Amino acid sequence: MSFPWAKHYEPKSEFTKFVDSRLPIPRFVYDALGAGYPAPKNLNYFYNFGFLAGVALMVQIITGIVLAMHYAANTAIAFDSVEHIMRDVNSGWMIRYMHAVGASFFFAVVYIHIFRGLYYGSYKPPREVLWMLGLVIFLLMMATAFMGYVLVWGQMSFWGATVITGLFSAIPVVGPAIQTWLLGGFSPDNATLNRFFSLHFLLPFVTLGVIVLHVWALHIPGSNNPTGVDVKGPQDTVPFHPYYTAKDFFGLGVYLTLFAVVVFFAPNMLGEVDNYIPANPLSTPALIVPEWYFWPFYAILRSFTVDFLFIPAKLLGVIGMFASILLLFFLPWLDTSPVRSNNYRPWSRILFWVFVVDVIILGVCGGKHAAEPWIIISQLASVYYFAHFLIILPIVSRIEKTLPLPNSIAEAVLAKYNKASSPGLAGSPGVQPAE
Amino acid sequence: MIRLGALGAGLFFVLALMLGVVQPRDAVAPDPVEEHHKHPQKVEWSFNGPGNLGIFGTFDRAQLQRGFQVYKEVCSACHSINRVAFRDLAAIGFSPAEIKALAAQYEVASIDDKTGEAATRKATPADKFPLIYPNEAAARAAQNGALPPDLSLITKAREDGTNYVHSLLTGYDEAPPKGWTVLDGLYYNPYFASLNIKMPPPLAADDQVTYADGTKATRDQMAKDVAVFLTWTAEPKLEARKETGVAAVIFLLILTLLGYLSYRRVWADVKGPKAVAAE
Repeated sequence: MSFPWAKHYEPKSEFTKFVDSRLPIPRFVYDALGAGYPAPKNLNYFYNFGFLAGVALMVQIITGIVLAMHYAANTAIAFDSVEHIMRDVNSGWMIRYMHAVGASFFFAVVYIHIFRGLYYGSYKPPREVLWMLGLVIFLLMMATAFMGYVLVWGQMSFWGATVITGLFSAIPVVGPAIQTWLLGGFSPDNATLNRFFSLHFLLPFVTLGVIVLHVWALHIPGSNNPTGVDVKGPQDTVPFHPYYTAKDFFGLGVYLTLFAVVVFFAPNMLGEVDNYIPANPLSTPALIVPEWYFWPFYAILRSFTVDFLFIPAKLLGVIGMFASILLLFFLPWLDTSPVRSNNYRPWSRILFWVFVVDVIILGVCGGKHAAEPWIIISQLASVYYFAHFLIILPIVSRIEKTLPLPNSIAEAVLAKYNKASSPGLAGSPGVQPAE
Repeated sequence: MIRLGALGAGLFFVLALMLGVVQPRDAVAPDPVEEHHKHPQKVEWSFNGPGNLGIFGTFDRAQLQRGFQVYKEVCSACHSINRVAFRDLAAIGFSPAEIKALAAQYEVASIDDKTGEAATRKATPADKFPLIYPNEAAARAAQNGALPPDLSLITKAREDGTNYVHSLLTGYDEAPPKGWTVLDGLYYNPYFASLNIKMPPPLAADDQVTYADGTKATRDQMAKDVAVFLTWTAEPKLEARKETGVAAVIFLLILTLLGYLSYRRVWADVKGPKAVAAE
């Protein structure tokens, strides 16, 4: 679907007419992300991150396929084969650092993308399915990243695999059997490494498939925008190309520059030193932590320290950790406010920033030893995490008095321009009460 | 219905967590190891470039060779560098003939062509530096229970690795704090994770090695040289990485600037004053 004023593809030459009547790929591209796809004209830089996430995935897939040509999924030589890539494969060090740093950048970009969706209410109708598909992608990413980390077969790979698969052993009755089934044995070993390699290769392509659905679902209502107000007419939109292709290209340049700085000058900054020690089942590292992008969830996992209602603490931690992500699937129905953007929701806006700080605190706790004061801090932060989505937001979204919305995107843009060019008129922007 | 369920679930999690919050905590005695453990001292390394930023900078070839000499004459009594091949030494300034001669000093496992029996042969430049001990049990048996780790990756396998190696090697002088017991056969070293290290001070005195280039072989100098050498063994592509990085970042900055200019130009009719006036 597109807006009625969208331009339409018109093949001009004999050749393009020939193609268009047989396999209309040019028409498809033109209508999906060319001039035939009008997008709100007020999208800010936070709207670059969806495209950047796609780029990050492609970087992972391309570097990953090259790495797979040189990697050996066998516990006896997996670590050695990674070092072989670093030392003997032409530019292998670059490919591997791009893949390792790329995972961190992928998550960073996706987190910004998710928080942007939270702030501007992009999960609200009519974009619920779009939001949920995004969460499916996020879950797939997490599984893929975890299994990829194990492939290095360093100390943190091995013990990370032990801890994470150990989570399933908390399930009553069938838990230990599930863990054994997942590992293909009683502890991570060759069977584990082989299946993780296979799945690590498969899941990015499954992710790619879900991304197609995600983008498809995006193209039905079109992008949300910082005002959260629906597109009303042609004055609210610009054609995707060249406007957003140009903006995305600029954003891509900034992203790749930052990426290159880390890949080439601090490639191990985001990693754990213990993973440069080959896996040793007989020696447990002093501190087992996942990569930084899992820290908030790891903190939630560890913050359940006492049994409750006869449920063991370990199982509560596992339930809590999975619930912390799965509850996001219900967000479109938990937040009932008719106003999307937090720009016009004074209370929700404060809650949003409290939530951001809360997640950062959880992240810090997740990277530390499970000791005081980090346990109690992560417990309180976890309390807020659950309360935010399950208790506070549903109530606040009902009783909150929202600010007047602009009548249209064009009007909001005009108001912003007037404000910027003549501060004296700031008190009389074109914002009028919503009808 | 969803909101009611959510409220229930929310109360469940909040109560479960609050129960943990109010749970009395066991008093934890301060960990003496944490108290006395020291972070490695910062040293300006040539490969980190100006400001120790890690952006520019190259290895000092003479220092790498001195470091290799320290490794060969001191460390290699117990520690292997099994991920480094003899041929790799070309990168730190050894000639092919020198590498060949060096490799020939080592024996590696092989098979006798005629009898098929296990045998040994002289190493070639394509071989890796052989292990010192055939396996962990042999190492521990010879080392009074200690396991000397392979050093190829040591500077990447320890926090702040290059500084760590330097500080550890020069950190034996400090007397253990009061109340800290150093067990028999162990040595106090505040830079070591558990403070008690099984490795005897490897650099015991100045001039333990005699440098061919005339550099005074103080203990600090030897520790620095071998730390740099082990940085190279852990990251032999460090110089290529930085060189590529500088070129890549310059290219990307120009690309980004062009991207920004075209973005401004494309959007001029939407964002410019004329466009606003026209509306």
